[in-house]
Amino acid sequence: MGFLDIRNVTKSYGNVEVLHRVDIAVEEGEFLVLVGPSGCGKSTLLNMIAGLEGITGGEIAIKGRVVNGVHPSKRNIAMVFQSYALYPNMTVGQNMTFGLEMHGVPKPERERALADVAKLLQIDHLLDRKPGQLSGGQRQRVAMGRALVRNPDVFLFDEPLSNLDAKLRVDMRTEIKKLHQKLKTTIVYVTHDQIEAMTLSTRIAVMNKGYVQQLGTPKEIYDTPANLFVATFMGSPAMNIIPAKVVLRDGVPHAAVTDADGAERVLRFSQPSLTAWEGKDIHLGIRPEAITDPEGADRKSGNIQSLSNRVTVTEPAGSDTFVTMTLGGRDAIARMRADASVAAGQSYDFAVNMDKAVAFDPATEARILP
Amino acid sequence: MAAVTQDTAVSTGRVTRAFIYLLLLLFALFYLLPLYVMGVNSVKPLEEITGGNMMALPQVWTLDPWRSAWSTAQIGVEPTGLKPYFLNSILMVVPAVAISTIVGALNGYVLTKWRFRGDTWVFGLMLFSCFIPFQIVLIPMAVVLGKLGLAGSVPGLILVHVVYGIGFTTLYFRNYYAAFPTELVRAAQIDGAGFFQIFWRILLPVSGPIAVVSVIWQFTNIWNDFLFGASFGGTSQPMTVALNNLVQSSTGVKEYNVHFAGAILAALPTLVVYIVAGRYFVRGLMAGSVKG
Repeated sequence: MGFLDIRNVTKSYGNVEVLHRVDIAVEEGEFLVLVGPSGCGKSTLLNMIAGLEGITGGEIAIKGRVVNGVHPSKRNIAMVFQSYALYPNMTVGQNMTFGLEMHGVPKPERERALADVAKLLQIDHLLDRKPGQLSGGQRQRVAMGRALVRNPDVFLFDEPLSNLDAKLRVDMRTEIKKLHQKLKTTIVYVTHDQIEAMTLSTRIAVMNKGYVQQLGTPKEIYDTPANLFVATFMGSPAMNIIPAKVVLRDGVPHAAVTDADGAERVLRFSQPSLTAWEGKDIHLGIRPEAITDPEGADRKSGNIQSLSNRVTVTEPAGSDTFVTMTLGGRDAIARMRADASVAAGQSYDFAVNMDKAVAFDPATEARILP
Repeated sequence: MAAVTQDTAVSTGRVTRAFIYLLLLLFALFYLLPLYVMGVNSVKPLEEITGGNMMALPQVWTLDPWRSAWSTAQIGVEPTGLKPYFLNSILMVVPAVAISTIVGALNGYVLTKWRFRGDTWVFGLMLFSCFIPFQIVLIPMAVVLGKLGLAGSVPGLILVHVVYGIGFTTLYFRNYYAAFPTELVRAAQIDGAGFFQIFWRILLPVSGPIAVVSVIWQFTNIWNDFLFGASFGGTSQPMTVALNNLVQSSTGVKEYNVHFAGAILAALPTLVVYIVAGRYFVRGLMAGSVKG
């Protein structure tokens, strides 16, 4: 049993079920990120944990206490909203202590809690200002401060960084991570940004169409995505999904793919278990960083396969150069060192790290291997 | 680009500008004329009006017409002046405006932030009340007031005006609160604020502009109402009815100067409300009407 238990939770609006049997146990101190495209049900799930939306089926328990039907203020949770939801008529200090005041905490105690949190977030100089006088980043801090002051069991974050500009978002991301490491609080965090999910979380739940597609550590999600949706949703640029056929060479399974000119190329799989799929079509998933120039290939990998193919486009991004090629009739992207000498239109010998390759069943879209 | 826009922009040369100001001035004078006539004639002795020019300034300045209108003029059969009726109007208008505005704000709050099944229907029906003419409800209203024992009293008039005003105030506040972020209400819920605490601490403090609209609208409507006052006023008739009785008296000399003074007295409170709160009026109307 976890610290925050989501057991078989469903949500329906009328006859339409929007969340299907979600089952997640969050341990104390864990940073769980719910990630998915808009409309996947992640915010609905968060609102159900907060008590802002009713639970149609199943139950949610915090610290072993079932909270179905318990008022949001009685769940000992705090929430940071996308729009920050700071009360415009109150000062920063009043905003932050409003919850304590409503819970009948005496004034000296409120002042002490406020001073502690304001110092922690370095907003002590802003306490007398109104939210309208603050910048986006400052409002974000105040919103977090308001949550922290209450010292709740669970923190809920609803896309807290999506209203910030790109640079500030990265800074605040680091800030949130530092805060979590320092305070060891339990956090459920909703975002549609997969980079936020990867960097912040201790565990990720990838959601789509009301289902939890995969629940796991960032590494599990990234390296062994449960299905094609997770594979393409997580990672930027997205994982290359290449139609391939499993063939045996000397009894060892290989992936046969067509290159830009329609010729067949074979790449040896690292896992012999794919023998059973001989002659069948699969989708081969390879992350861009697993297709490199030979010098940039991972030295620890036990299975670097060479793949000769014509280059369609090169995109130098400063730190890396992204190279697009046609593989299995689709565009595939390779991530090369910045100074790899590749030119569009020419043939090039790519190094493919097959240790990192993932195979999917084209019919069910589920992962076959590893 | 800049050159092009300047060429096609409306020319605001000196002549044009002078013409615009002249026109505006003329219109302003035209609209101020009735007030001028009322003003000058209310400070003249009656002989100057009956014997001469209405437009001329008084030869003898006197405040007697004002004193008479306020405290001694014959209203109906009693020589009380308008004073007691002015008091009736105040006693009616202040609670009626306050209650209808507060109820309207609560309605708007519930209809936008605590939505329930069929809320749009409820709102639609309330909106419908804005279009019911006064005359239609006179008889049913008289029956209800009679049954409640409020007929012919100030509380009766307050009830009538509150009921009639709620449709409008609800419309204003609902549209205003519809643009108010729901996340704030949710945040307050998580913070532990209850239904009325959220209303009182979160919504009301930012409701200034729309409250001004509601107050002005309700104040002018209720103050200027004649029909309900005449029908249900009984012994506590409002200012408008008394003014009518003063001006329409069919016996004795027509004291025009007293009538002018009385009319100004009757219009004064709404004028004051407009001058004090008027600049928020347009702002609030814009805020409340467009979004929603």
